[in-house]
Amino acid sequence: MEKVDQLDRQADKQGWGNAQAPTADRSRSAMNDRSAQLNQRYRRNKARRQILAEQLYGASQYQLMRVKFKKHRVAMLSLYLLGIFYFVAIFAEFMVPYTTTQRFEEAIYASPTQIHLFDAEGKLTTPFFYSSKSKIDTATFRYEPVIDDAATVNRIQFFAQGEPYKVLGIIPLNRRLYAVEGEQPLFLLGADQLGRDLLSRIIYASRVSLFVGFGGVIISFFLGILLGGISGFAGGVVDVVIQRLIELLMSIPQIPLWLALSAAIPTEWTGIQTYFAITLVLSLVGWTGLARVVRGKILSLREEDYVTAARISSASNMAIIFRHLLPGITSYLVVHVTISIPYMILGETTLSFLGLGIRAPDVSWGTLLQQAQDVVVITNYPWLLLPAVFVVAAVILFNFIGDGLRDAADPYAR
Amino acid sequence: MNRLDVQGLKTYFFLDKGILKAVDGVSFTVGDQETIGIIGESGCGKSMTAQSLLRLVARPGEIVHGQAFLRRKDGSIVDILALDANSSELRSIRGNEISIVFQEPMTSFSPVHTIGFQISQMYKIHTDLNKAEIRERVLELLTRVGISNPQQRLDEYPYQLSGGMRQRAMIAMALSCKPQVVIADEPTTALDVTIQAQILELMKDLQHEADMSTVYITHNMAVIAENVDRVYVMYLGRVVESTTTQQLFSNPLHPYTQKLLRSIPRPGQRVDRLEIIAGSVPNAIDPPVQCGFFSRCPAAMVGKCDRTVPELVEIEAGHFVRCFLYSEETEPEDEWTNI
Repeated sequence: MEKVDQLDRQADKQGWGNAQAPTADRSRSAMNDRSAQLNQRYRRNKARRQILAEQLYGASQYQLMRVKFKKHRVAMLSLYLLGIFYFVAIFAEFMVPYTTTQRFEEAIYASPTQIHLFDAEGKLTTPFFYSSKSKIDTATFRYEPVIDDAATVNRIQFFAQGEPYKVLGIIPLNRRLYAVEGEQPLFLLGADQLGRDLLSRIIYASRVSLFVGFGGVIISFFLGILLGGISGFAGGVVDVVIQRLIELLMSIPQIPLWLALSAAIPTEWTGIQTYFAITLVLSLVGWTGLARVVRGKILSLREEDYVTAARISSASNMAIIFRHLLPGITSYLVVHVTISIPYMILGETTLSFLGLGIRAPDVSWGTLLQQAQDVVVITNYPWLLLPAVFVVAAVILFNFIGDGLRDAADPYAR
Repeated sequence: MNRLDVQGLKTYFFLDKGILKAVDGVSFTVGDQETIGIIGESGCGKSMTAQSLLRLVARPGEIVHGQAFLRRKDGSIVDILALDANSSELRSIRGNEISIVFQEPMTSFSPVHTIGFQISQMYKIHTDLNKAEIRERVLELLTRVGISNPQQRLDEYPYQLSGGMRQRAMIAMALSCKPQVVIADEPTTALDVTIQAQILELMKDLQHEADMSTVYITHNMAVIAENVDRVYVMYLGRVVESTTTQQLFSNPLHPYTQKLLRSIPRPGQRVDRLEIIAGSVPNAIDPPVQCGFFSRCPAAMVGKCDRTVPELVEIEAGHFVRCFLYSEETEPEDEWTNI
């Protein structure tokens, strides 16, 4: 709806001359194009917006956070992937065909099995692989899989029947996601020095690694908020005492502490019990990081006008801390929790790697990586490093989710 | 000849709830050494107009329509709104040709840099002077805006200055590169009345000295009356009246302007109740196609004022009003009208 002549009239009046008219036309048409583009995009999204508006009307704070979180695509993807990780960990017996202790003596250090989709004639068929045995190559002293002359075909079956087991320890089942008929082992990620399937061990190990950190995180979370909050809010002597305590605990070197603790734990405890004990003690020492952050944040928020207003309205100290101050530090807390869980995972991996945490025969990603300490082993059989990939993946996914949660909890974010 | 000619500026914010039409078709001109005022309530789009002009609008806001022709110092004419957002040409306009004095100097200055550093940044970006020359100029500038003891103030942080001095420093920063147009976005709202008077006096003097034009954005009629040549009255993103100050005060045409002027308390007259404008500004998100003032207008005509938007029409020489009381012309519809 442009009044072209209006512009020309104005141009004449102000003596800009006709030299400006084509530029003016050009810039106007560029602006019109942009406007049309925005307009079309806005109309297209109308239906989706209306649904969103209905959702947001009268939505609680939690619901608003959820809607905002869902917009963060990377975080949502990470959430789904992590969900898959946990699902597979819980239903490990169904997912993988072998247990952690099942050995195949003729498949020492077997490389990942080659799966073929086209048979000898070139036709598409169900996935299969050829039987092989591990033999030492006398030149390189490396175990190599050798396919025997008979070239026996082993087919991979999906939802195959096998040894009965109990899902979650309750429901009996005997089908598995994939299995092989016959005795030949299928190593999707290779085998270790005792011929145990690495993939199965990784999946079972994820049970330990993914779940065991939660208890420690919860304890250090509550301790951190409580002591940090009191320290920041009360100030004075209480603050000084708690801060010195924090400094004392923080100055204890970690690995010697872990060594001492692992020596102090009774040997008759099972690996899992040992690990629970260690994470408990670690969290009793590890709350200090969160406490400091909480204290700092509360110190700054304490001076805000809304806290004074709450005090004037005769709110009790507890009410001020929980209803007014804590919501302001939610984003920090969210970030902290979603960083501590991967920190716990990494901590457990480190401890088990050093032999201080989970011990054989229990598996965790850390114990699986113990075998990867030997340079010769890594160069010859690199698939043994794959548990590290899982650790990295889990840590990254947690961090992305933490990112998304922090953005969702931030009231100032766009 | 006009220095700045803004035509049909529309800045919309695309929110989840709908479109917020912050600036809905605003046009104004600024001539040589002219002072114009933009007056309106909070939320009528005055600040957004200024920010759109300097391309400071961030997502979800977009400038969807409009042209802003600026006559630069070298005589060339450029459409600011058509420039690429990251272009060096736009950067050479900001601060150099058009600068802005913000409302809250405390939040507009960086708290971790000295004001000397911040003012000299203007010189560093737009000129080729060396450090010593820049320091000299900044000292000159600070003296000119009336800051005492400028050598000491140069190295002080914003929190060490009082409100009035901070605003003076802000004005110094805005004027450092001798811009053609200075936009003062409620420069004295945060200050007390005596300082207000001094600041306005200062700006008037500097305007004469430095051949600037000023755009005052305010909601204070007194500032308009004292300093401004021509006024644009804004309401809900549109200009509803535009004329010279004399005519605005002697013959306000638009019902909103009339009520605004009547609501100023008169000294010496005691009344039981002050005059108010009943109601409140309607929600600017997805506004219906009607005159923005319809809900509060005493002369509203149901069936006319709530169906279409009146157009800004020249009623007498130089006096434009947007009201069906004076003309029948309606604002032409475009793709954004019934969205």
